[in-house]
Amino acid sequence: MAQTTSVESGAHRRWENDPVLSVERLTMRFGGLVAVNDLSFDVGRGDITALIGPNGAGKTTVFNCVTGFYKPTEGRIVMRHGAGRKNDLVEELTASSAQHKSDGDGAVFLLERMADFTISHRARVARTFQNIRLFSGMTVLENLLVAQHNKLMVASGYTIGGVLMLPGYRKARGEAVDRAVYWMERTGLIDRADDPAGDLPYGAQRRLEIARAMCTGPHLLCLDEPAAGLNPRESAELNELLQFIRNEHGTSILLIEHDMGVVMEISDHIIVLDYGEKIADGDADQVKTDPKVIAAYLGVEDEEVLEQAEVLEVVAEAVGSKEEVARKIQRGGGEGGKQ
Amino acid sequence: MAQTPTSTMSPEGAQAKAEKRAEAAPGLPRTGPGRLQEALRDAVMTAALAGVLGFFFLALRTDIAPGGLAITTRWGLWFSAIAIVFAGRLALNLFWFDKRGGGRAAVKTTAKTTVVSEGLDFMTIAGWVMFAVAVVLPFLIMWLLPGQQRQLIDLSILILTYVMLGWGLNIVVGLAGLLDLGYVAFYAVGAYSFALLSTHFEFIGFWVALPLAGLLAAIWGVILGFPVLRLRGDYLAIVTLAFGEIIRVVLLNWYQFTGGPDGISRIPKPTLFGLEFARGDDGFAAFFGLEYSTIHRFIFIYYIIFVLAIVTHLVTVRLRRLPVGRAWEAMREDEIACRSLGINTTNTKLTAFAIGAMFGGFAGSFFATRQGFISPESFTFLESAIILAIVVLGGLGSQFGVVIASIVMIGGIELLRNLGFLQQIFGEGFDPVRFRMLFFGMAMVAIMVWKPRGLISTREPSVVLKHRKKIGADMVSQGEGH
Repeated sequence: MAQTTSVESGAHRRWENDPVLSVERLTMRFGGLVAVNDLSFDVGRGDITALIGPNGAGKTTVFNCVTGFYKPTEGRIVMRHGAGRKNDLVEELTASSAQHKSDGDGAVFLLERMADFTISHRARVARTFQNIRLFSGMTVLENLLVAQHNKLMVASGYTIGGVLMLPGYRKARGEAVDRAVYWMERTGLIDRADDPAGDLPYGAQRRLEIARAMCTGPHLLCLDEPAAGLNPRESAELNELLQFIRNEHGTSILLIEHDMGVVMEISDHIIVLDYGEKIADGDADQVKTDPKVIAAYLGVEDEEVLEQAEVLEVVAEAVGSKEEVARKIQRGGGEGGKQ
Repeated sequence: MAQTPTSTMSPEGAQAKAEKRAEAAPGLPRTGPGRLQEALRDAVMTAALAGVLGFFFLALRTDIAPGGLAITTRWGLWFSAIAIVFAGRLALNLFWFDKRGGGRAAVKTTAKTTVVSEGLDFMTIAGWVMFAVAVVLPFLIMWLLPGQQRQLIDLSILILTYVMLGWGLNIVVGLAGLLDLGYVAFYAVGAYSFALLSTHFEFIGFWVALPLAGLLAAIWGVILGFPVLRLRGDYLAIVTLAFGEIIRVVLLNWYQFTGGPDGISRIPKPTLFGLEFARGDDGFAAFFGLEYSTIHRFIFIYYIIFVLAIVTHLVTVRLRRLPVGRAWEAMREDEIACRSLGINTTNTKLTAFAIGAMFGGFAGSFFATRQGFISPESFTFLESAIILAIVVLGGLGSQFGVVIASIVMIGGIELLRNLGFLQQIFGEGFDPVRFRMLFFGMAMVAIMVWKPRGLISTREPSVVLKHRKKIGADMVSQGEGH
């Protein structure tokens, strides 16, 4: 909250100048149901971006579109490697029928044209799942080696060299194990390296899923409710881990989260969805005082209802400062959301 | 639970008592002066138990005598039994339980799902013993049972063929988790490839046709793979079942090409670098200066299938440790997670089908050359079912399990032909051979009740950082269609 003034002056809005991912006019319909409607947002390079919203707001649908598990009905999803918006390159690529195009210092990818596994492999977008999807009968180490499949596949000469025991594979496997050990140490799983993933406690499984996603060497890491089911201590450890990933590896993070403690503490940028539409977009301080956001979370139709004292009390508890909420609402509440 | 407390303060309460019981009850002290004493005490207890139990069965015997029952006592037998139990238990305590880290204690204290095994474990030793026996088996049979040598070597060849087929199917079903009910199709493709190639082109012998048959079967594996890529579970099983039947029906009806129900005969026998196993001056026996015997060819065929099976095993074990093998197992565990990690599951499934089919094709061309005659009757659904039963009974994904299951399934059916002793129990009117399949079915049901995930249900990790631990079946997913 101390940063309110600097944010309003627009000092830190990396997502506008250097977005790693741009979702543009994304619409996803399932039959008659519009899950996501004309949604546009940018994810800044090196930012931790949170996608929040009430249940059924379409957050996971957006994730599935970005990671290729759904083909969007309409819209464009641009992933960029290398700094800048690369507008010319993006337009050139859109006009062509290719999936990706590279220039001297990077590449752009149109994710809506790519299959899910090539998004992970080529565009380097990794993801985790809301309901943990580990290879539970395989050990922690094996899970992390599966994540390095493509690199190892090339090193093993697409299996032929590996079966004939040619030397190149041994070295690559050593490096892959080293990388796995690195991430097991970072996530506190090194002592359980040879245990089956299904045997780990819940919090460790969540961490393993993040470690596994990081082993693919992503530019963008998409986390679907990483703090769900964690106790406060594990939640704090998760915050540290995410900040470590961002700071030390420069990986941009896009996360869906209901735990406001996590969201408000670590996010540089928050996007709020409701009924498949964006209702707010900004940093933590802008978003948490936005009346539309408050209304969406409380499920009220009109902002007037918020005048009631007890509602304010609840809101304040959820988002932090009571005075600020009250002030914003009295000002008319229009300016918080950009859309 | 069984860790020794490090502090002198001892905890109280029910939990502490339970821990103490767990510590004290099952194991024996591993080292120190108390060990022999403990072992002796345990052996005395066991012997006493044997004495009590054996008293009425061994020491006393009642016979029907005129005017009632007559009791005879057999103290010698009773005492010998007690002595054997005592000595046996003592030897087990001292030399076996101790080495296994406390016998039953080890089982109780490790977590149920993972079993730590350091160094050589039972399965590795058993595997090597089996390998050694298999290497010398034909000569062992000739030495021990010369009267039945032809029959027994033939049975060994049959068992090894099913071991190879089981290992091939294990790639598809056990590792990749794709339930394939039409595996016999690839066996048929391999057999017909070799039969047709060798009867149409004289220069193609077994050793040239073998890789070609494998290749053709692999291509058919990919052809089957494409339509079933999107199918899961029961649907996958039905389509593979249909595929197996389609191949058989085509073989049966395409008379001009395959000979239809007449089959293909006069398929050439394998040669050893051009030496034929035939009577005559240029035959194997004449070349090596041996007396001609038909058993030579049986032994040679045995070693061909043995080498083929070992190659299958080595390649499978190697593949499991390569990225493609890990991707198969990962796909069995969770296909969506695989795709999120950049694994092309389409290609991965196709490689599993292709490599599994290739080994089926190898086995098929071996089958053709061994029989010298093939017809569609050899490739019915029952064959697929037997191969699948071998994989399932052995334990999905377990190489060793397939060997055991093949011996039990194929050898067992044959052994049940020799049930003459049952006539002594049930009387002369009882024909045990009629009940052969019934016994066999009951045995299968019993195995599945006792070991629902197969005989060897633990999974060996493909890579180890520090400690090799086996993974319990309850963790391991069974893939699609189970």
